[in-house]
Amino acid sequence: MPGAAPPRARTLELEVILAAALAPAQQRYLLQARQMQALSFAVHIPLVCFGIALPAMLLYVEWLYLRSGDELYRTLARRWTRILVALFAAGVVTGTILSFEMGLLWPNFTGTFGGVFGLGFAVEGFSFFMEAIFIGIYVYGWSRLSPRWHFASGIPIAIAGFTGSLMVISVNAWMNHPSGFRLVDDKAVDVRPVHALFGNSYLWHELIHMYLAGYIVAGFVLAAPYAVCRLRGRFGRYERTALAVPLAAATLASVAQIFVGDWNGREVATTQPVKLAAFEGLGKTTKGAAVHILGWYSHGRVEWGIPIPRLLSLLAFHSTHATVQGLDAVGPADQPPVNVVRFAFQTMVGIGTLLAVLSIVALVVRVRHKRLPESAWFYRAIVAAAPLSVVALVAGWVVTEVGRQPWVVYHVMRTSQAVTGASGIPVGYAALAAVYLCLAAGVAWVLGRLARAPLEGPSAPQPAVGEHA
Amino acid sequence: MHLYALPLVFALAGLALYTVLGGADFGAGFWQLVAGPGDEGDEIREHAHHAMAPVWEANHVWLIFVLTVVWTAYPTAFGSIASTLSIPLFVAGLGIVLRGGAYALRAGTASAREQRGVDTIFAVSSVLTPFALGTAIGGIASGRVHVGNPGGSLVSSWLNPTSIAVGLLATASAAYAAAVFLSGDAERHGNRRLAERFRRRALGAGVVAGAVACAGLAVIRFDAHRLFTHLVAGAGLPAVLVSLAAGVATLALVTRRRYELARYSAALAVAATIAGWALAQQPVFIDGLTIRAAAAGHDTQVAVVVAVLAGGVLLFPSLVLLLRLTLVGHLVYGSPETAVESRSLRPDVRGGYLAAALLVAGIGFLTVADVPWAHAVGVVALLGFVAAGFHASVAPASD
Repeated sequence: MPGAAPPRARTLELEVILAAALAPAQQRYLLQARQMQALSFAVHIPLVCFGIALPAMLLYVEWLYLRSGDELYRTLARRWTRILVALFAAGVVTGTILSFEMGLLWPNFTGTFGGVFGLGFAVEGFSFFMEAIFIGIYVYGWSRLSPRWHFASGIPIAIAGFTGSLMVISVNAWMNHPSGFRLVDDKAVDVRPVHALFGNSYLWHELIHMYLAGYIVAGFVLAAPYAVCRLRGRFGRYERTALAVPLAAATLASVAQIFVGDWNGREVATTQPVKLAAFEGLGKTTKGAAVHILGWYSHGRVEWGIPIPRLLSLLAFHSTHATVQGLDAVGPADQPPVNVVRFAFQTMVGIGTLLAVLSIVALVVRVRHKRLPESAWFYRAIVAAAPLSVVALVAGWVVTEVGRQPWVVYHVMRTSQAVTGASGIPVGYAALAAVYLCLAAGVAWVLGRLARAPLEGPSAPQPAVGEHA
Repeated sequence: MHLYALPLVFALAGLALYTVLGGADFGAGFWQLVAGPGDEGDEIREHAHHAMAPVWEANHVWLIFVLTVVWTAYPTAFGSIASTLSIPLFVAGLGIVLRGGAYALRAGTASAREQRGVDTIFAVSSVLTPFALGTAIGGIASGRVHVGNPGGSLVSSWLNPTSIAVGLLATASAAYAAAVFLSGDAERHGNRRLAERFRRRALGAGVVAGAVACAGLAVIRFDAHRLFTHLVAGAGLPAVLVSLAAGVATLALVTRRRYELARYSAALAVAATIAGWALAQQPVFIDGLTIRAAAAGHDTQVAVVVAVLAGGVLLFPSLVLLLRLTLVGHLVYGSPETAVESRSLRPDVRGGYLAAALLVAGIGFLTVADVPWAHAVGVVALLGFVAAGFHASVAPASD
């Protein structure tokens, strides 16, 4: 059998492998490398939300068209298709940058654990592929496929959007709660990649939390321009429909997110107690711990915060007497930067609460009066909710990513061990920031153009005359 | 073939597809850059843009496929390559961002001046990106990447004779493949004149690409002698001969306006070049690390192979569907022609009650109960609440 090497050769081979493990490098610009990665995520993640939620909303509207034959729905779907294309293109390229950075910034992380977590990205690559292929068919097939086949060609886009985020989050969940390997001399051995990624209890709450966030962000951002139309007095049947669909998704998801968010908190409390302590600025392990709203963490406690006694114990362990582990459980070198994490956490929870209140108002009006709210303040609130939801999304990722520091793989590999030894990080960071700034300006400009561009079709709104009046 | 080499074969196949499909895409950008002024230039730019619009995203995912397979199956090699060749890889990454950004922006351009500005960004990054990726390949092929973080010079690993030669070859063959594809496209759209202009470009680019390839061989004779001997006398020789034959055949086919066949022979020439490189370089992956030593554990290799095969079963029929729809000209941006007959929608009352019930159940199971199975039920109920409530809350508002 040519494939089986004699035992001696196997030992030699193992030695070669062990010698081949990459050594940690000295890097002066670790913080800049982290910021560069954070910037790349912050740009990509809002686009992911559209990949998750927009295909489903688009298909829903097209399904309404198939059921009713009402041209208005098709016009709406075709207009949103153009938005989908522009945002997907931006998502493809920012996603490519992320996959480059996995190696460019953190070669020791991929070099050591690529065999453990890489499978998730490989499958995600296939999802991305299916998405790209069927977006090509869906977008350019409006005129050539029959209405039913056209609708069918959109279904894989929605499925791939879900499986893609499932895969990426399985990797993130593994980084937060690693398993499926043993570490021998800085080398991962006995690797079980499927178990590591999908046998991980940490995966599910992260996934559902992000999935709902996708609907909240895409829903509010898509609803906002039509809320602007309402405020400017242009609110025909087309705009009402275009507002109602994303608003329904965002409001329902915002309500569900309260309970899913709470569940996430409880999971973090059991699996990553130090991270939870950073959320709340809990310096010392405490029985019957309080929650502090606002304030600033310094010297092991929150100053100037508004305390709500025993609430943290109640939320985290469903008992007002439960003991919550504090930051003092680990040494200072193993603690995350508390104020960054805590500020991001308060931002996420605060905005999430406001969005949920707004959503409950919309749903109550909907149930009691069978219509959309009439107050102009409601529509102003939707316009504000669009950027706020993006801020909450990014803040949520700051919470989980910075909250995991100083570890890249929780309690296994430090971020400082993962970073590249190559020089020039500040230059790369500046170049990427400049390019992304231009890209953001460009995407904003093109979406503005697309919103105004006339689209042939009976129910398309005319370019607003006197819009500026 | 050993299991440990199989993922690499997949990655190289992905690289070949990327070089052909993504390369044609970059090449289209090259022709936009050198299209010249005036209406003739605009016609070339328009055609190059529209021919690639439905497929460019799918073409570029091949690169992501290659990266993910390599870092999963050969993590140490990937870490060393990424840190050593960080400069060209980063430049390629930025180039890809600028290209994609330009694609997205073009949809919103209104005036010819705006469009030309966007096209220039697109075209410059279309030339820069394959060149940068080519220099990175040259660094690996000439043994300038060693194991380490970084394992080799950050500059000379990609700024060296072999890298420059491969970079130029990548750019030239991209332009060549694109011209062949675009002349076929123009012919199918019945635009003879445009087809002729791309045909001339294809012939010119084919000759240039061939010359660059021959010059490249001379360069690596001095710069990467081991690779050279294996290419001209060892395992790589058959592939080199296939590549040569396919290249010449493509020129002959383009001369005789047999664009459909030329498309495939051009692809074969490119794929054979990559195969030749791989065969000449094996069993070495990067300097000091064999493919076998670079391979991740057995379970990971099996998982990658299973994932790629399973993914391929879904992917290839879809890709063939897309390419066929594109090739027969079914994918163009236009208005729908058929309409669905009219019916009235009924309001969904029951959905509202169902949503309310699911919300209560979701809160109970997820928040009050405290065991994993209850959480699973609770999550499903909450997602059901969103789904059931969705239609119920949209329908009346839109009437």
